[in-house]
Amino acid sequence: MTSSDTTAREVVSRDRVVIRFAGDSGDGMQLTGDRFTSETASFGNDLSTLPNFPAEIRAPAGTLPGVSSFQLHFANYDILTPGDRPDVLVAMNPAALKANIGDLPAGGMLIVNTDEFTKRNLSKVGYTASPLDDGSLERYTVHQVAMATLTRGALEETGLSKKDAERAKNMFALGLLSWMYHRPTEGTERFLREKFAKRPDLAEANVLAFRAGHAYGETTESFAVTYEVAPAPLAAGTYRQITGNIALAYGIVAAGQVTGLPVFLGSYPITPASDILHELSKHKAFGVTTFQAEDEIAGVGAALGAAFGGALGVTTTSGPGISLKSETIGLAVALELPLLVIDVQRGGPSTGLPTKTEQADLLQAMFGRNGEAPLPIVAPRSPGDCFTTALEAARIAVTYRTPVIVLSDGSVANGSEPWRIPDVDALPRTDPGFATAPNSPDGTEFWPYLRDDDTLARPWAVPGTPGLEHRVGGLEKADGRGSISYDPGNHDRMTRLRAAKIDGIPVPDVEVDDPTGDAELLVLGWGSTYGPIGAGARRVRKMGHKVAQAHLRHLNPLPANLGDVLRRYRRVLVPEMNLGQLALLLRAEYLVDVQSYTKVAGLPFQAEELQNVFLDHLDGVIA
Amino acid sequence: MTALDLGLPSIGGLHGVPTTDAKQTAKDFTSDQEVRWCPGCGDYAVLAAVRSFLPTLGIRRENTVFVSGIGCSSRFPYYLNTYGMHSIHGRAPAIATGLAVSRPDLSVWVVTGDGDALSIGGNHLIHALRRNVNLKILLFNNRIYGLTKGQYSPTSEEGKVTKSTPMGSLDHPFNPISVALGAEATFVGRALDSDRKGLTAVLQAAAEHRGTALVEIFQDCPIFNDGSFDVLRKGDEAASRVVPLTHGEPIRFGPAGDDGLGTYAVVQDGFGLSVAKTNEIDASQIVVHDATDHELAFALSRLSDQDLTHTVTGIFRNVDRTTYDDAARAQVQQAVDNAGTRGGADLNALLQGRDTWTVVG
Repeated sequence: MTSSDTTAREVVSRDRVVIRFAGDSGDGMQLTGDRFTSETASFGNDLSTLPNFPAEIRAPAGTLPGVSSFQLHFANYDILTPGDRPDVLVAMNPAALKANIGDLPAGGMLIVNTDEFTKRNLSKVGYTASPLDDGSLERYTVHQVAMATLTRGALEETGLSKKDAERAKNMFALGLLSWMYHRPTEGTERFLREKFAKRPDLAEANVLAFRAGHAYGETTESFAVTYEVAPAPLAAGTYRQITGNIALAYGIVAAGQVTGLPVFLGSYPITPASDILHELSKHKAFGVTTFQAEDEIAGVGAALGAAFGGALGVTTTSGPGISLKSETIGLAVALELPLLVIDVQRGGPSTGLPTKTEQADLLQAMFGRNGEAPLPIVAPRSPGDCFTTALEAARIAVTYRTPVIVLSDGSVANGSEPWRIPDVDALPRTDPGFATAPNSPDGTEFWPYLRDDDTLARPWAVPGTPGLEHRVGGLEKADGRGSISYDPGNHDRMTRLRAAKIDGIPVPDVEVDDPTGDAELLVLGWGSTYGPIGAGARRVRKMGHKVAQAHLRHLNPLPANLGDVLRRYRRVLVPEMNLGQLALLLRAEYLVDVQSYTKVAGLPFQAEELQNVFLDHLDGVIA
Repeated sequence: MTALDLGLPSIGGLHGVPTTDAKQTAKDFTSDQEVRWCPGCGDYAVLAAVRSFLPTLGIRRENTVFVSGIGCSSRFPYYLNTYGMHSIHGRAPAIATGLAVSRPDLSVWVVTGDGDALSIGGNHLIHALRRNVNLKILLFNNRIYGLTKGQYSPTSEEGKVTKSTPMGSLDHPFNPISVALGAEATFVGRALDSDRKGLTAVLQAAAEHRGTALVEIFQDCPIFNDGSFDVLRKGDEAASRVVPLTHGEPIRFGPAGDDGLGTYAVVQDGFGLSVAKTNEIDASQIVVHDATDHELAFALSRLSDQDLTHTVTGIFRNVDRTTYDDAARAQVQQAVDNAGTRGGADLNALLQGRDTWTVVG
């Protein structure tokens, strides 16, 4: 198949486009979006994606709770978010139309699969008349396409059943959109042949449906225009498309390589963190062991046991899982052993919103253990950044012999973007520096809690090392010697030492993006809000306003220059997907009158939304 | 799936653990920490037995690790000069699993109690047993909560009056041996704290077993459940209650009869077992112990109620099954070997994936 057009068709250039594929959970919308993303990535656009799906695997077909969507934003410049509102909405059934049409701006393009607009399906979602006929869609450019019928027709000679043939209609939709936006198609065809390698008949059917959609766009008169979005001028390098969970898994594999430690993942499946377990389980060739434990507690326990044995122990979780792991994380604080705790935050409390994003575990990560139990916290700001963040977490954990919590979230985990592949040889190495000899002042004994003067880290002596036999445990230990101690002064000293060790971890200064250098409003964020905050700031700057942006990767300890940065601005605004958790920490730490903008809707901030919030603050509307 | 299916040799529990020819003594295995159990606590006897028994294994002290949970018995690791971890309540089997999977050169032991293993940590215990991780779990059962000062435990008898049950406990107790056998344990044994010889024999077999070994040790709490196992300790009455098992031998016990063997025997009784007087039955009716027979082991665990009328000791079950940790390491090794034929696992190739594009600066 070629991408060339046989009929004379107007080609319109666009800087950026947002497409949303919406359908039933069983319609394959995530796969469709994923493939369009891959085509777009290989074409060289910058892109950002937002999958949005229900927690139920297959909610009743055709109902509103069963609607699954995938939004993709691609552009000829560097973009920061998956886009607020779609320019193009593909609706595979009435439920998908009803759930998403509110987001389509007037004049937007709507492509509907008319085959699903039956009386029964319409009434399932409360339409008394078909919106395709009642004039309610007049403000949109509507393309009615009988996708199931056309797909079935294209597959007539394959001998597939009607039902099997119609299942390929998502590839018809993908083909149509690929034609409309001049996407390269070879990758998708190759992908389908590999995905269905064991069922060549299904592979062929999907390829045929994909081609049929492409040909439909090319040959029918209904689409007068196609669109071009030129490649984006990204920094030089080799790129790939990557999701946050995959980047995090790769970061963990790389952490094992740069520390020279075998990786041991103890994990219990939980949405949206499970993909990290799935991915790491494929990479045993790198010395990665994955253990699917009986529960969250055993997952982190096994990881800590492996760490005692000299492995890079890792556990992954989300939502209530992080609560269950709290006691073991506290033990890791007391044992002072390296441990990576990955929390892919989701909506809470309790089971909350399993497939939706939130940033409301920050205070739990900071304080959610009995006793004074400080630990470092880092957060990735984009899908690709998960790789770097995992490596940084491992560096801190190994160097300072401490559990480290990585706060990812659902939008970073499932979202994707182009990622410049790092030079493996240039990744910084971390020497675990295992203890090999007695260290007591007289040189005859091993003292497990005798600290390094610089880092305050204790020695990591692994079983099998002769002469260093020692016992660790949750009971308070004597400073230095490490035997059980109930001495009041010792406990006070050890508590302060543990805190000083974490507080003393050097982290890079926070960088401020303040193009004119004299902005009065600083917007400070952490984690996945980086994109929307940056997009909002761009918008208000385009309007001629001044706004500074800074973003935190390190939540504990905070960068040493942060207090100065905060005090430099007349107003500091912290947008968070919680009810103001970072703002609370900053107010307590720096006595700065930080303003909060908060939302917990299960979806990322939108650029337009933040633009308006920034404008309000600039106008001083919000006191 | 067996070891043979995986191409793994059938090997002992200590295979892969470095040995030493140096003479080791109980003293070598004694740490400098003062032992702080109550006077008369059964834990002392178990500690003494373990300290004497460990040197006989011939493995290096530094390759021996004891992991415990919380409770009186869980202080055990502090008193041994090996590597050790006193962890958190109920989680020792999970922590030890991670350690054992990642370190085949270690002999990993778990010390736990009836509350630690069967109440708060019940889940981890059964999953360790079904996975058959190469761990030795010593379950000290004193049928009471000691460290929290005398509440009933999941093995306390019904009706027991304790601090938290002034009108008597309502809970029906677990039968730890039945629980372990129900959880697919490949090695299950039981001994009495004061029976040094019997305890050492079970520990020895447990150490040599490749896979999870559960050893229940009846142990006295002199403060909150004093004398709870006294009926099993001395004299003819004890002999008529304790039923020691030897693989391949007819199960006879009690005071010696005319033939010098026990006056009682275990016989088939419907789908279960019961006790008969040896002189009232034909010798062919006596059950011969077979530690590979799962059903027999289960029936033996339920020979009488848990009122100590008949208490079976020794090794109930001892069978070979592929261990989780051996199989997990074999998978990793296989992946490493496969990658080796292609020049080793390549991080660069992993990061590149299959679809990349290059932007020229």
